[in-house]
Amino acid sequence: MTNPRGRFGIHGGQYIPETLMNAVIELETAYEHYKNDPEFTRELTELFNEYAGRPSRLYYAEKMTKDLGGAKIYLKREDLNHTGAHKINNVLGQALLAKKMGKTRLIAETGAGQHGVATATAAALMGMECVVFMGEEDTERQALNVYRMRLLGAEVIPVKTGTRTLKDAVSEAMREWTSRIADTHYCLGSVMGPHPFPTIVRDFQAVISKEIKEQLMEKEGRLPDAVLACVGGGSNAIGSFYHFIEDKDVRLIGCEAAGRGIDGFETAATINTGRTGIFHGMKSYFCQDQYGQIAPVYSISAGLDYPGIGPEHAWLHDIGRAEYVPVTDEEAVCAFEYLAKTEGIIPAIESAHAVAYAQKLVPQMEKDQILVVTISGRGDKDCAAIARYRGEDIHE
Amino acid sequence: MSRIQEAFKNGKAFIPFITCGDPDLETTAAAVRAMAENGADLIELGIPFSDPTAEGPVIQGANIRALKGGVTTDRIFELVRQLRRDVTVPMVFMTYANVVYSYGADRFLSACRDVGIDGLILPDVPFEEKEEFLAVCRAYGVDLISLVAPTSDNRIAMIAREAEGFLYLVSSLGVTGTRSEINTDLASIVKVIRQNTDIPCAIGFGISTPEQAEKMASIADGAIVGSAIIKILEKHGREAAPFVGEYVREMKAAVERSEQ
Repeated sequence: MTNPRGRFGIHGGQYIPETLMNAVIELETAYEHYKNDPEFTRELTELFNEYAGRPSRLYYAEKMTKDLGGAKIYLKREDLNHTGAHKINNVLGQALLAKKMGKTRLIAETGAGQHGVATATAAALMGMECVVFMGEEDTERQALNVYRMRLLGAEVIPVKTGTRTLKDAVSEAMREWTSRIADTHYCLGSVMGPHPFPTIVRDFQAVISKEIKEQLMEKEGRLPDAVLACVGGGSNAIGSFYHFIEDKDVRLIGCEAAGRGIDGFETAATINTGRTGIFHGMKSYFCQDQYGQIAPVYSISAGLDYPGIGPEHAWLHDIGRAEYVPVTDEEAVCAFEYLAKTEGIIPAIESAHAVAYAQKLVPQMEKDQILVVTISGRGDKDCAAIARYRGEDIHE
Repeated sequence: MSRIQEAFKNGKAFIPFITCGDPDLETTAAAVRAMAENGADLIELGIPFSDPTAEGPVIQGANIRALKGGVTTDRIFELVRQLRRDVTVPMVFMTYANVVYSYGADRFLSACRDVGIDGLILPDVPFEEKEEFLAVCRAYGVDLISLVAPTSDNRIAMIAREAEGFLYLVSSLGVTGTRSEINTDLASIVKVIRQNTDIPCAIGFGISTPEQAEKMASIADGAIVGSAIIKILEKHGREAAPFVGEYVREMKAAVERSEQ
């Protein structure tokens, strides 16, 4: 699927300053070596199982299934991982890789703060220095996660440029990496950026679909009919899709953040409103104006509030293997509340986008069909913001 | 020989950079003319991009001001067309891959040729990705400028051998912006470049004072200055042109001193 220099169809590539080229080449070489190294695999599996709490549960959502009256719903509970989201899978892999490469410092961008918290966690565990770039607006939306990162020993730098959100945090982390490379690994949080990041992050997140397949085989003795996940950059989605890509009968559906709707400007639904471009190291779909200026996107979810999408998703869209649907703020907030009341599970507002689409899709499916929804993270971090959305001001 | 290489015929070159449309295109036009009149050998025109990941805070600020002022790629082509009535100094565009890709590389380069742009610098297009732009640049006779960085090491020879126009040597790690010191062993990098190509090599990133320009020009064939000029525009706004001219004259004198 991946040809040289990380192309997925026309997407991907390495559109980065020359200053970083030897760094990404070094990373690719190291990754190619360690991914087949039994000792590396053993260490990572041990971290996954003993530290992060894998495998995560595949939970039969019986009440939701009965309530919606269609396909049988399973929830892949990435929210139960240590640090509360799927982000830890990638971070443990990259931190271990960075350590083997002799790096002593991790830098990262973060949107909702989940990737920042995961990176700060791995850095604390492995005795590495950690600096996290976070859009100033997101540090306000996700104040609790800022505190968690600092508690874990990381330095959090609020990014004041541009829209002061995830896109600007990525830009600033890339700038920081060009100024300090020798001891520093850029622990990118999603399946985006220059090659080899989209491949590395996918491989570490692919554990999600590997487990879904095994767990469902055990519980139901068959493959699911559809797999649903939210998509910003797309790491939990590609992780959920990856081992099903060759199983053509399994529908793969990514739920994009439509914000206030895909007919206006206040949206972050890249596939639904963007077009092909080159940004943040990759060729893919981006929300942009007619002159290629990147659009100031919007979503209630800080983790999906990004104007691009990973190149492998762009390719899966091009070849029609995966579908990408828009879900609005309002639909996501309703789903956030719905899952809490129906199953006693408070999902991250990002994951609630997938739940919202499940609510639409399930009634159209047959009772003997099976749908898997990945709950990429837990929603504790979002409670204050959702309360505000509903007009209630609570203090944490 | 391209017009860009001719720019290096009159001894060591001084290459100023300006972000088009900061604070407006009339000011850019006046500043470019002031640069040309005061000895600029080659002028880099920045087409603003919303998210310039290779730039430090100063040029980021210029990009934002320019875009807020409503500048577009089409209006910049028109600016160059008008400048070319009297400005003969070679001019190159400096912008990001998406600006060219989004416009359509063929349409963009064809417009470059029509208005009289001699080269194109894309800091987010490294050697490995240059082919999709290079083919179009060649079709329209525009030089695609390659960059070499302090971290290029084993890549220098490969980049130099295929370089066109001039080679842009990045002085230090990090993004654009003024620096008090430049510690990279640039002479060693220039030596490898010289072994692999005859095209001129100019050093940029972090240069602001005449002393720095003189030193850089003594190592290579010229010095490139961006952020220091943007600061003059930031300070003087629409009245900046004469101050830019004065600064360029001073810097050109400094690079000339490096030959004595």
